[in-house]
Amino acid sequence: MKLILILIPLLPLLGFLFLGLGFKSIPKKVTSIVGPGTILASFILSIITFIHLTQQAGTQSSLFPHSDVYTLFSWISIGSLDISFSFLIDPLSVLMLLVVTGVGFLIHVYSVGYMKDDPGYNRFFAYMNLFVFFMLLLVMGANYPIMFIGWEGVGLCSYLLIGFWFKNHEYNNAANKAFIMNRIGDLGFLLGMFLLFTTFQSLNYQDIFSQAKGMTSGNGTLVAITLLLFIGAVGKSAQIPLYTWLPDAMAGPTPVSALIHAATMVTAGVYMIARSNILYVLSPATMEIIGITAITTALFAASIAIFQNDIKKILAYSTISQLGYMFAALSIGAFTGAMFHLTTHAFFKALLFLAAGSVIHAIGGGQDIRNMGGLRKKLPKTYWTFLIATLAIAGIPPFSGFFSKDEILSKAFEFNHVTWFALAVGAFMTAFYMFRLFYLTFFRAFRGTEEEKHHLHESPAVMTTPLIVLSVLAAIGGVLNIPVLFGGENWLSGFLAPVFADAMAVKVQPAALSHATEWLLMATTLAGCLVTIFWAWRRYVKQENGLLPDEAKRSLLVQLISKKYYIDELYDFVFVKPSLWCSRYLHQVVELRFIDRIVNGVGQVVIWTGNTVRYVQTGNVGFYMFIMILGIILILFFNILI
Amino acid sequence: MSNLATIPIEYYLVFCSVLFCIGVFGVLIKRNALVILMSIELMINSINLLLAAFSAYTNDPAGQIFVFFIMVVAAAEVAIGLAIVVLIYRTTHSIDIDVLNKLKW
Amino acid sequence: MLTILLILLPLALSLIILIFKEEKAIRQFALAGSLIEFGVGVAAFIQYKTSCHCNLLFTTDWLATLGVSLKFGMDGISLLLVMLTTFLLPIIILASFNHAYSRPSAFYSLILLMEMALIGVFTSFDGLIFYIFWELALIPAYFICAVWGGDDRIRITFKFFIYTFVGSLFMLVALIYLYFRTPLPHSFDFQGLYAVRLNPGEQTWIFLAFFLAFVVKIPIFPFHTWQPDTYSGAPATGSMLLAGIMLKMGLYGMIRWMIPICNDAVQEWGGVAMILAITGIVYASLIAIRQNDMKRLIAYSSIAHVGLIAAGLLSLTTYAMQGAVIQMVSHGINIVGLFIIIDLIEQRTKTRNISNLGGIARTAPRLAIFFMLFLLASIALPLTNSFVGEFLLLLGLFEYSAIFAAVAGLTIIFSAVYMLWMYQRTMLGKANEFTENIHDLTWTEMAALVPLVVMVFWIGMFPGLFLNVALPDVMQILNYTK
Repeated sequence: MKLILILIPLLPLLGFLFLGLGFKSIPKKVTSIVGPGTILASFILSIITFIHLTQQAGTQSSLFPHSDVYTLFSWISIGSLDISFSFLIDPLSVLMLLVVTGVGFLIHVYSVGYMKDDPGYNRFFAYMNLFVFFMLLLVMGANYPIMFIGWEGVGLCSYLLIGFWFKNHEYNNAANKAFIMNRIGDLGFLLGMFLLFTTFQSLNYQDIFSQAKGMTSGNGTLVAITLLLFIGAVGKSAQIPLYTWLPDAMAGPTPVSALIHAATMVTAGVYMIARSNILYVLSPATMEIIGITAITTALFAASIAIFQNDIKKILAYSTISQLGYMFAALSIGAFTGAMFHLTTHAFFKALLFLAAGSVIHAIGGGQDIRNMGGLRKKLPKTYWTFLIATLAIAGIPPFSGFFSKDEILSKAFEFNHVTWFALAVGAFMTAFYMFRLFYLTFFRAFRGTEEEKHHLHESPAVMTTPLIVLSVLAAIGGVLNIPVLFGGENWLSGFLAPVFADAMAVKVQPAALSHATEWLLMATTLAGCLVTIFWAWRRYVKQENGLLPDEAKRSLLVQLISKKYYIDELYDFVFVKPSLWCSRYLHQVVELRFIDRIVNGVGQVVIWTGNTVRYVQTGNVGFYMFIMILGIILILFFNILI
Repeated sequence: MSNLATIPIEYYLVFCSVLFCIGVFGVLIKRNALVILMSIELMINSINLLLAAFSAYTNDPAGQIFVFFIMVVAAAEVAIGLAIVVLIYRTTHSIDIDVLNKLKW
Repeated sequence: MLTILLILLPLALSLIILIFKEEKAIRQFALAGSLIEFGVGVAAFIQYKTSCHCNLLFTTDWLATLGVSLKFGMDGISLLLVMLTTFLLPIIILASFNHAYSRPSAFYSLILLMEMALIGVFTSFDGLIFYIFWELALIPAYFICAVWGGDDRIRITFKFFIYTFVGSLFMLVALIYLYFRTPLPHSFDFQGLYAVRLNPGEQTWIFLAFFLAFVVKIPIFPFHTWQPDTYSGAPATGSMLLAGIMLKMGLYGMIRWMIPICNDAVQEWGGVAMILAITGIVYASLIAIRQNDMKRLIAYSSIAHVGLIAAGLLSLTTYAMQGAVIQMVSHGINIVGLFIIIDLIEQRTKTRNISNLGGIARTAPRLAIFFMLFLLASIALPLTNSFVGEFLLLLGLFEYSAIFAAVAGLTIIFSAVYMLWMYQRTMLGKANEFTENIHDLTWTEMAALVPLVVMVFWIGMFPGLFLNVALPDVMQILNYTK
């Protein structure tokens, strides 16, 4: 078992080393096998781990039922600080393992086709493998530092892949922005870890959670810890206020957007909070802050997505918004709901990105949906898979997104009606912008140039096969956790229950909803979604001139939203410019004119004194002798005086 | 010894101080290097006399031994001093210390 | 015996090398000599047993009437720094091969002399001998910078020399004062000096004297202004020696002398000193953002990094102290790596101005990869060496004060800002007339860089070996403060 666990992250790492060190000398065919192959192997091993875990269920009675910790070696060990390189295998990490390796593998296969003609083919797969390695460390680690290794590592890979086409400085700027914003969050994470350590004298999950269980709810230290860790999650999972890097991150190749900026890395924050569930349940204040942040983000990002025209940017804002849903679920203690949505979101959002990639590939690089349209006929496979994904994200039954979103919404209703309302509005907006995107891309006539029109073609099988597999998953992903209402058995909830058991025991459970209420809620949201979808159809397919609203005619609010609320400009004005100015000021004025001048001044004083005093040396012997005798007299005089 | 006792030690003290001060003033006022050297000699000898006087009054011969040492050293010093003065005169044709102020700053 | 061999061998080599005339022979001799020295260092590492201040000890009377004895030895902290010195020297020498320095025999002789002085500093257990080696190290550094440096080198080097020299005179005064407070017969032996009981007033003065000497050398804000000038004015080899090894002298001095001797004053004034160090972190990081000269940028980043180390040391917590020791080694490795990279770029393009560069990743991909690796190491990415150090340093600082840790932690954000900015502007983007036709790394250059990269990841992934060597001695130093 231990060997399997070591191999799961090790294989992608070996893949990275092989592809990275071989660099240009490895033929593309080998890369095409090694790159996805390592991930496939990890996926198979993850399945074995999963089977192993389900078989073990019930046989263990340790502190952490259904979990094993495998220690490889001691990493940093000083006094009571003992950080070991160890892996924790429990339902939560296995679920993440499966998502990361499974979706990761499909995206790797897709990339074989998508990146076929890129000169940096090997480099691309090397980075992708490295990313999977770090992501696996993140989810498998049995203590916070190991998670932090993965946490920073995925940030690095994200940086490398966003700036993959490094000749373009705009892409590089986007990469820098992503890394730096993540680093702001990482500082919070780091400080959170320090506070954890000073509080619990350990950084292992098991030690911390078993101690935390006994603490009172609302403990100030816990609130501080959870808030600091949440800052980390805000950075990594692109929540307000650290979200602006994610839309820019779309500069990377599309498979990267699918894997890193939709399916896996950005959900790390959700995973981290789900992992630390007991700490968060005990800090209601933090939960409230998370809730407010998450709902604001969900609505805010959805509203921006409505007015965007870049196919990938829309999806990016959609990701931010969906992440907001996951955090909202976390904030009301619906950890299973969050993880469920994370999983289905990984399926349908990866699919959306890959399908969008297929569209971009077909057009030959263009990403503006105003120049698309009518692609339904030309790209049938892409069209159908895209449709399934869109239905899934819009929450139409029986697709996966319906179940996961519905679970969050009903939990939200139990918790607080306002939360439910806000999230429902978010769901309507989601349905609207997704179908706007869908209609503009695939319906009516093609609006691009003739050259592009000529270029249109369906993607090769190596790209469409992953699309089809993912669309199956996006369609039926809901079976993971079919609620009792539909005669399901909430399998995922049962599977993850041991992980969240302590938290659920602590948390005050609101009264469960009656079936009638649940049906009503479901019907309300569904009806709302259908109405918005219809509205979008009226506006973008039916009506002739609804397509390209003239920029000048827009109302002030719409202009504000379509400029993304000027947040980037605001950050530039409030943070970037002042720090650059500060840098200049400190260097030009404080450093050179003040500190260095004082230092040089000391030297100058010495020189000046020497220059002045030397005139005493007149060269006149009589004068010297006079001074000498004067000195002698003075000495005698002082001697008498004292 | 008995003769000495008739002259009180204070007389020597005053006399030597006067001699020393004359030497000092000579050094300060005179501009001729030669005269300055002579004035220094005067100062040294006033000290010598004082040493001898104390030696006699306290019956301690060490003072007189010092006097001999000082005389030897003073002789050597005058020899060197005069040699320098002669050399300076040869090069500058002057032994006026107001003129000899090239070693400055 | 190995300790004295470590000191005498470079001295002998530095004299012998003067008889060579041909440049190639000189280089090979210097490289071989420094490798042998490294071998001796490894032997010492193997022979070393956990601390008792009796390891590899060499004692003989020198000025017996003054109580000065030639007492050399190593504890874990010295051992690591000696290893660092002997490890870096061959690499620095190898990296200097693509320069055609005039008067090579004198140049390499000075480098070896410097090695001898540095090892002397790290191994002497006698106050006066420590001081002598401390100043001795300054002499070759002065000549290397003043003879082979860039434009304006005389003024810069003069400032560097006077500044650090004035600082260290205060240390001499402190040492002599302590000497007279030791019981008769007076002695400069470190244990004797440790045993001196000073009253609070005296401690404060001694602390100030030591502090001034060390902060100038380290350097800590606001005593740092000699450093950017010197790094940019010195020849590449000189910058590597100064940044990689020499500035560790100040930190080492703090551990070896300042903290054990004036423990109460350190506790009392440490907070103020830490504020200086932490201000320096933010200040230098901010300045680094807008630097155009790569060497200057690295110089400012170095001020930020060593500021963190110093702040950690002064917090007097086990973790921070341990982190400081490991970070001293890591910083030496990383900054030498970065300086080598910058030197290679300058060799190829004849410029170090960030604004003139760009697109090197395409024309010289291997160079870009190595640059990236050292960059990652210096921004403390996990699994690289400086993460271990900075993690422990910040953890220790956090135990002392959460606010300090939060402010000092800004360095992980700022370092990403300026390093990535530099990387982007030099390596990425389109190639221009400076970078179009440059060639990639040669095997010799790789040979200098690969060992550094290996160490980056070795310390980053398996720091246990290094941590365990230093731990007993760190605990012992901390015991003096209780």
